[in-house]
Amino acid sequence: MELSGAEIVVQCLKDEGVEHVFGYPGGAVLHIYDALFQQDEVRHILVRHEQGAVHAADGYARSTGRPGVALVTSGPGATNAVTGIATAHLDSIPLVVLTGQVPTPFIGSDAFQEVDTVGITRPCVKHNFLIKDVRDIAETFRKAFYIATSGRPGPVVIDIPKDITDPNIKIPYEYPKKVRIRSYNPVTKGHLGQIKKAVDLMLAAKRPVFYTGGGVVLNDAGKQLTELVRELNFPITSTLMGLGAYPGSDRQFLGMLGMHGTYEANMAMHETDVLIAIGARFDDRVTGQVAQFCPNATIIHVDIDPSSISKNVRVDVPIVGPVKAVLKDMLKVLAERRKRPQEENIQKWWAQIDRWRGMQCLKYDQKSPQIKPQFAVETLHRVTNGDAFVTSDVGQHQMFAAQFYRFDKPRRWINSGGLGTMGFGLPAAIGVQMAHPDAEVAVITGEASIQMCIQELATCRQHDLPIKIMLLNNGYMGMVRQWQEFFYDGRYAHSYVDALPDFVKLAESYGHVGMKIERPEDLEGAVKEAFSLKDRLVFMDVVIDPTENVYPMIEAGKGHHEMYLPPESELV
Amino acid sequence: MRHVISILMENEAGALSRVAGLFSARGYNIEALTVAPTEDPSLSRMTLVTRGDEAIIEQITKQLNKLIDVVKLLDLTGGPHIEREMMLIKVKAERSHRDEIIRLTDIFRGKVLDVTETSFVIELTGKSAKLDAFIRAIHEDLVLEVVRTGPSGIGRGTKGLTL
Repeated sequence: MELSGAEIVVQCLKDEGVEHVFGYPGGAVLHIYDALFQQDEVRHILVRHEQGAVHAADGYARSTGRPGVALVTSGPGATNAVTGIATAHLDSIPLVVLTGQVPTPFIGSDAFQEVDTVGITRPCVKHNFLIKDVRDIAETFRKAFYIATSGRPGPVVIDIPKDITDPNIKIPYEYPKKVRIRSYNPVTKGHLGQIKKAVDLMLAAKRPVFYTGGGVVLNDAGKQLTELVRELNFPITSTLMGLGAYPGSDRQFLGMLGMHGTYEANMAMHETDVLIAIGARFDDRVTGQVAQFCPNATIIHVDIDPSSISKNVRVDVPIVGPVKAVLKDMLKVLAERRKRPQEENIQKWWAQIDRWRGMQCLKYDQKSPQIKPQFAVETLHRVTNGDAFVTSDVGQHQMFAAQFYRFDKPRRWINSGGLGTMGFGLPAAIGVQMAHPDAEVAVITGEASIQMCIQELATCRQHDLPIKIMLLNNGYMGMVRQWQEFFYDGRYAHSYVDALPDFVKLAESYGHVGMKIERPEDLEGAVKEAFSLKDRLVFMDVVIDPTENVYPMIEAGKGHHEMYLPPESELV
Repeated sequence: MRHVISILMENEAGALSRVAGLFSARGYNIEALTVAPTEDPSLSRMTLVTRGDEAIIEQITKQLNKLIDVVKLLDLTGGPHIEREMMLIKVKAERSHRDEIIRLTDIFRGKVLDVTETSFVIELTGKSAKLDAFIRAIHEDLVLEVVRTGPSGIGRGTKGLTL
């Protein structure tokens, strides 16, 4: 089969099983677009900004586990994509981002729409390639998809100069069946000796706790994790990225930990004697002050990436390997040991945890005449039976969503955890809805975040995506306002979002349904109505209490036992 | 502590900037760096000198290993090894100083490569500390130019860094 470079690009996508490409055309990728136009296996979704394309591909990847693909042009197309690429990089999301480049003879000449894409993206990709020969396209694609999806996943950028895709130069095409990269051999198993050591530590533990992260979701190891945690009857807490890997409504689940984690999760971390960290990376939002982190614990850490181990916190039993394989081995070793942790100790530990739970750290004012954001998220949970895909932006609403939408399944909670990218939620939901056309997809957002990628409402209209947007509108950049209240004596420097649009009219002008909800008693009916409109995007502008804060809160640099609790909790 | 890390990497455009970028992005310092292709033209070998405590060096080696272009690496400082650096040094050599500079060069087993009425260019190879000592031994007013390659390193005995 003789194909041009542009046709090879499209054929490679087909051979990788890619069904959706999120993109935006431009000069350098016109040959590729022309090849896309002449086939109908790979569907192209036109976004309104390249950042949206990469976030959409990212949402697609997070919700399916398959690599997301974005296609953008050179220069500004590539630079606009960078925020999306960095977002995926920090959360280890498998993406392949195709960027157009000026023709090879023009590279380095400051040509029109030229930037050094490989240079700009180098620090925020797992790897990147610049293709310099049409004969290298197929092998590069094969490698790119392999690198993006194996080991610790991540985004891979392929920069493709325009002359490489010249429709007049045809060469024989064959997609490589095998890929071998001598310098890249991700581990496939954990060290059995270390695993045995870890299991023995668990069996001897008096106050154990599982601390799990996004790695469990990425490796689809929720089932094995749940089995092990239940088998041992240990408490479990999760990072923001790990929510849903273990059922959020289960008795053994303590809620999220860290800066806005629950009292019981953070206290359990502070008091634990054996910490079992799985697919989590000891991020500063989780550990707080490292010197005070789990002061009494022997730490077991399972991670696919050796550089995550002992990076921020020294660990005692490191296990490098894919989470799922290691968990399977742990279950096997546990079965062989024919032992269980001492019942009495674990019961005592649970009694302590239940006392902490009694503090009701997530309590909020249920009688408020204003809509509380917590109530809004709980209402969404009720109406969707806790089964929707929920994307979010970044800020207070993100934390409320994480705390109050008790995710029972993995890959349902789609948010930018590492980079904290405002503007992520709506385009990510586009990718999620594309991948799951019949599922309920909700965006929980704020009036500041949503405006960072609001233009994607047009994409939703064009592709008839019935996404439900729940805007928790407090008229402030809520998290910024909260920090200014706590740490800057209420000097609200530029956190007030003045001159907001009328979101109902805005939604309507894009061809969607808009709703404004101002009273708590109207909320449930409105959310139900929104979800009953199966084929329409509904934009719910929910006016909430502007002064509500996210509790509990650990100030940056403080220990897990030093939390601010809500005024409503039993402690205060 | 000073560490000498030997790296085998793909001899590809951009590989060097991935290593250099990693160091600047993560706030590690590079004291010296040499790189050239090996007997296998698809591989480059780099010798990198850095400083840090045990935890930092552990992170540096892990992060380097994570780079797709890095095939293999070895912290030479962990075992017996040889380091050599070459220096070209141009010194003022007027009549009154010439004999002394030549004697000094002989003592350090250096070679005078270029002679003019007023200057010498001297080639010197050895451990970095030896080159430092040579520079110190020559009066600073006489030193015109110093060019150093940075050290290259190799493990002693059969232990080494090969594919």
